[in-house]
Amino acid sequence: MNWLKNKDTLYGFLVILPSLVLLGIFVYGFILQTFYTSLTDWGRDPAQALSANPQIRFIGFENYRELFTGFVDARFRQDLVNTFFFTLFFILGCLGVGLGLAIVLDRSPKGEGFFRTIFLFPMSLSFIVTGTIWRWMLQPQGGVNQLPTLVGLPKGDFAWLTSREQIWQVSWNDLPFLTALVVSAVLVFIALGAFRSGERRRGFIASGSAALLLLWAFTLGRTLQPLPYDEPHGFNLAFIGIILAAVWQMSGYTMALYLAGLRGIPEELREAARVDGASEWQLYQRIIFPLLAPITLSAMIILGHISLKIFDLIFAMAGADNAPTDVPALLMYLTTFRANQIAKGAAIGMILLLLVAAVIVPYLYSQLKSEVRR
Amino acid sequence: MGRIVQYGVLFLATLFFLLPVYLVIITALKEPSAITLKDTWRLPERWYWESFAQAWTAFLPKLQNSFFLTIMATILSALLGSLNGYVLAKWKFPGASIVFPLMLFGMFIPYQAVLIPLFQFVREIGLGGTLWGLILVHVVYGLPITTLIFRNYYAEIPDEMIEAGRIDGAGFFGIYSRIVFPLSVPGFVVVVIWQFTQIWNEFLFAVTLVSSPANQPITVALAQLAGGEAVKWNLPMAGALLAALPTLLVYIFLGRYFIRGLLAGSVKG
Repeated sequence: MNWLKNKDTLYGFLVILPSLVLLGIFVYGFILQTFYTSLTDWGRDPAQALSANPQIRFIGFENYRELFTGFVDARFRQDLVNTFFFTLFFILGCLGVGLGLAIVLDRSPKGEGFFRTIFLFPMSLSFIVTGTIWRWMLQPQGGVNQLPTLVGLPKGDFAWLTSREQIWQVSWNDLPFLTALVVSAVLVFIALGAFRSGERRRGFIASGSAALLLLWAFTLGRTLQPLPYDEPHGFNLAFIGIILAAVWQMSGYTMALYLAGLRGIPEELREAARVDGASEWQLYQRIIFPLLAPITLSAMIILGHISLKIFDLIFAMAGADNAPTDVPALLMYLTTFRANQIAKGAAIGMILLLLVAAVIVPYLYSQLKSEVRR
Repeated sequence: MGRIVQYGVLFLATLFFLLPVYLVIITALKEPSAITLKDTWRLPERWYWESFAQAWTAFLPKLQNSFFLTIMATILSALLGSLNGYVLAKWKFPGASIVFPLMLFGMFIPYQAVLIPLFQFVREIGLGGTLWGLILVHVVYGLPITTLIFRNYYAEIPDEMIEAGRIDGAGFFGIYSRIVFPLSVPGFVVVVIWQFTQIWNEFLFAVTLVSSPANQPITVALAQLAGGEAVKWNLPMAGALLAALPTLLVYIFLGRYFIRGLLAGSVKG
């Protein structure tokens, strides 16, 4: 304990200690408590939920089992599917719009600063403000649906936010199988990358795991049925409006990231490629896009964790009680604070935490590792 | 040809980003009876400023709540973050490299995973439903990001300066108050802007922890107003403008620092 003798380091430690204790309690202590709560029956009986001293019993993973396989919790499973599609299209939208705008702005048009300001300003707004505005934009009989009439076309009649139509349905029972397929596809992709860069050991491990997983998927995976009946879930078209508003708000962020990346690519590199006879498209395809790949990855992670947690935008746009546009983050709030099913709310909170951690922990790890190396 | 495509894209994108703004402004300036779904995009026939007066009276107490909450929480979390960042940048204690990522993780967790114990805790210490409870929560969960920004900022201060201060006889606090703190102004600007925007715009904590309408921040009040069906749209639109204005002004006048905070929010060493 040599460092204790150094007075200044000791002061440093004492100064930061209160913050560490606070975060220890508010982050890790509370997570543990939520986890424990999720293993109890707190709130199953409504009278017990509201009593001052509820009798809480430990029931193990029952809440989780119900969420994934219970008859009454179909809404939660649809919410997971909703989150998946929302995240997918939100990320694709932001990356596409952001990259497009960055490429156009990178060619230094007149008034570049003005355009940049315009594209980025929604970022400064609250999701509640954005949601309120877009709720008005997407009124079924007005707003966006009236836009075509301005140029003499018939008005649109899409039921933004309220549509009950669903596409791309799959049965919840196919989920283990489909998940295994997706994971093995990712593993194969990793293996190919590893072989190409000469890391044979990594390549063999990845392709081996992919093969094992596929074997499992086609034998046991097919027989694993979480539900005794078919329960179809798909992409709710009511989400299109919310995705539109979310992209409106966040694509300025990806634009800023990509623009910084593009400006970092030395002009000589582009010149050299042009001298070698590369067309503009080849230049982007072969040189610029690969250089932007790390930016794409961090943008995907940041946007992904935002979209998994999204709550306020949907609350403001579609309201809390609109089932077609529900997500787990919103359902947790409703389950806990409206329905007083506290333990089940805690379980949803823990599932959300796992989803976010799966995205964020590897990211933090790699970011901090590369920082140490520097 | 390339030029035409370039400006065509810019024109369409500008339309996409500004159409909602146009709609908000003209709706807020229409008489309630003139707001019909069919004429959404039409300019008002008579400019009707009363909506703003109404929204102002309805939202003034909520705006005051938001200002009080945001300013207090921003100042406190910035000061704590500055001290923490100073320690982590210049006085690394053993284990700091493990503690720091554990701290950062707190920035990314979905708050749903801590909301239930948090709700109980705030109530048990007697701050349930008050703005002070909300301030406490924002200070604590703001610590990771403020610490991160200050740590990265202070890492740029050369160690030689700290060393020179020590030779002149200054200790931990002397170096902070005479060397580090005076150099911190740009760091504080970034942190204050980031925290101000985040706390002003926050909704989940506000809606769960503050139940009484008297203490509501503007985001909660706006969500409730817009959620009701009976209200005419001029009022929510005027309210949305009021709720957006403070952060929008910060962005317009201090955009450079705003973006720096934005990028710091996505970690980056």
